[in-house]
Amino acid sequence: MTTTEGTPLTSADLAGNGVYGNDPDVLGKFGIFGGRYVPEALIPALDEVAAEYDKARSDLEFLREFDHLLRTYAGRPTTLTEVPRFAEQAGGARILLKREDLTHTGAHKINNVLGQALLTKRLGKTRVIAETGAGQHGVATATAAALMGLECVIYMGAVDCERQALNVARMKLLGATVIPVTNGSQTLKDAINEAFRDWVTNVDHTHYLFGTVAGPHPFPEIVRDFARIIGVEARRQILELTGRLPDAVAAAVGGGSNAIGIFHAFINDKSVQLHGYEAGGRGVETGEHALTLTEGSVGVLHGSRTYVLQDEEGQTIESHSISAGLDYPGVGPEHAWLKDSGRATYHGITDAEAMDAFSLLARTEGIIPAIESSHALAGALKLGRELGPEATILVNLSGRGDKDMGTAMKYFNL
Amino acid sequence: MTESLEEFLIARRDTGRLLLVPYVTAGVTPGWTDIVHAYADAGADAVELGFPFSDPMLDGVTIQEASDRAIAAGTTVKGILEEVATLDVDVPLIAMTYSNLVVQQSTAEFCAALTASGLRGLIVPDSPLEEVGELADAAAAEGLDLVLLAAPSSSRARLREITERSRGFVYALTRMGTTGERGEIPEQAVRLGRELKGLTDRPVLFGFGVSNPAQAAELAGHADGVVVASALMRKLLDGARPRELGDYVASIRRALDHGAR
Repeated sequence: MTTTEGTPLTSADLAGNGVYGNDPDVLGKFGIFGGRYVPEALIPALDEVAAEYDKARSDLEFLREFDHLLRTYAGRPTTLTEVPRFAEQAGGARILLKREDLTHTGAHKINNVLGQALLTKRLGKTRVIAETGAGQHGVATATAAALMGLECVIYMGAVDCERQALNVARMKLLGATVIPVTNGSQTLKDAINEAFRDWVTNVDHTHYLFGTVAGPHPFPEIVRDFARIIGVEARRQILELTGRLPDAVAAAVGGGSNAIGIFHAFINDKSVQLHGYEAGGRGVETGEHALTLTEGSVGVLHGSRTYVLQDEEGQTIESHSISAGLDYPGVGPEHAWLKDSGRATYHGITDAEAMDAFSLLARTEGIIPAIESSHALAGALKLGRELGPEATILVNLSGRGDKDMGTAMKYFNL
Repeated sequence: MTESLEEFLIARRDTGRLLLVPYVTAGVTPGWTDIVHAYADAGADAVELGFPFSDPMLDGVTIQEASDRAIAAGTTVKGILEEVATLDVDVPLIAMTYSNLVVQQSTAEFCAALTASGLRGLIVPDSPLEEVGELADAAAAEGLDLVLLAAPSSSRARLREITERSRGFVYALTRMGTTGERGEIPEQAVRLGRELKGLTDRPVLFGFGVSNPAQAAELAGHADGVVVASALMRKLLDGARPRELGDYVASIRRALDHGAR
């Protein structure tokens, strides 16, 4: 953990090994959250993944290979950028961005897919499947599959396929098969249902390369560990740059992988506030939002006990966000636990607030962020005004905005 | 006191009869309770009622479509239970639903509400051994038989625990995959049936992919009977009336009786 700028991280930085604690119990529970609410048929597959991951996380060879890929393929470590002109709008607080937008494929998702693709090979499986909403996790998965010679099938809601035709083309170009899902609401949650169905059927040769820190155990733990590098690097960098820890860390929360990725290295630093920003969509009063933690209630979705957007009958409610990556009615169980334990605080950011921050960062700093990340930026603006000019805020700029130009053109009449 | 689902099924099985449990999604049509009656009249030994959930992970497209239709029609747990309470059928009724509906209030309240309406069994396919503890206790306290599922992928140790902790019957999956009609009888089903029968005296019923009378009879012969769901729901979604669904169940009944031991 004593690496200096420019030198590769050690294996201990890459996977948990209990270094920071906060691992789920043997049943995959974070407090009352998490677990394995899946059909019996999938249990052996989850056991197999968990057992192999347990070996991998302490296998130096595996960790070296992962580290090598992160450095030579994904482009790690990513830099930390201070944004003083943007910060003028945040009460003068010091704002630093962790630049996950500079990774290969342009978002933090690459960290998890590279780790899980390596795990797939260890498992001796030849095929990966994945769900995708906007297509970002699908593109990342197709990328890793191409790199490692794995067959790749991506499930994507038919509605999303239409909205994100460019990403469908990317996945196809990368050699993946994209299957439009026409069940239910034809969006991300239905793509997840369909991917689980595929997995039950083809589990003997297929790994489900889950895209976020949700789903049944061990996915919340595995995806978190592969995303932890974000916070591990950022913590070291901010100490080097400012000589102290930040006052607050801000991240957008959909399923929660980029947020856990940056939060995790700071969980034991009690002086550091952790703030997650969910998609408030058109506003909480309209009912059109993705405020799972802030407005949802505890339930069971996609194999995990967690906060869910649901009606009084327990039927899942369709979420809404201008950012497809935050448009999910569930959330990772570790976030549910961080919320209930009070260690992290979660807030809503509306579409309009996010788009203002999106535009502000572009004009003041020359960085076009993903709309997902813009929720964290909007949160940092509020946080800065609250905490005052002495505060330092670390923001996870989880991805770049190229993919969002269609939305931006429409929104700003460009 | 009414006999339990398990006592009822064992008594029937012990007469040499192969057991038949047809399924209907509650609320899928306004007159869905007529379908329950038609099944009972056609020789069903119990009827499985699906309480629709928006994200039925284990079900194939047919049951998902039926569930979506029922939810769109405003089906609620309370509404289903009110209709169930008015049903007059002489075979046990079994609820099938997903964990999220069960945990809405408390598992104890959910189980109590089911029993109060006359249901005698419960199947929750996304509640494996790891998660079933609290629910199993709540169901037992209410005298509700909680049916556990066994899969071809389950280890022998798990199969042993499943057969010990399941009540009513053991629901054996014919194959890895989701519900839905398929043609042939997989070797793994035959193997699973044999293994489960060796582990327990509880009835073992096959489900998933039971798609025609002849196949149902052959499959049932490797255990104690079958659950038939998607084949019936496909017909219903294609416009079949309760009487036609009853006729189909009767044809499976005849095939089972013909093949009975």
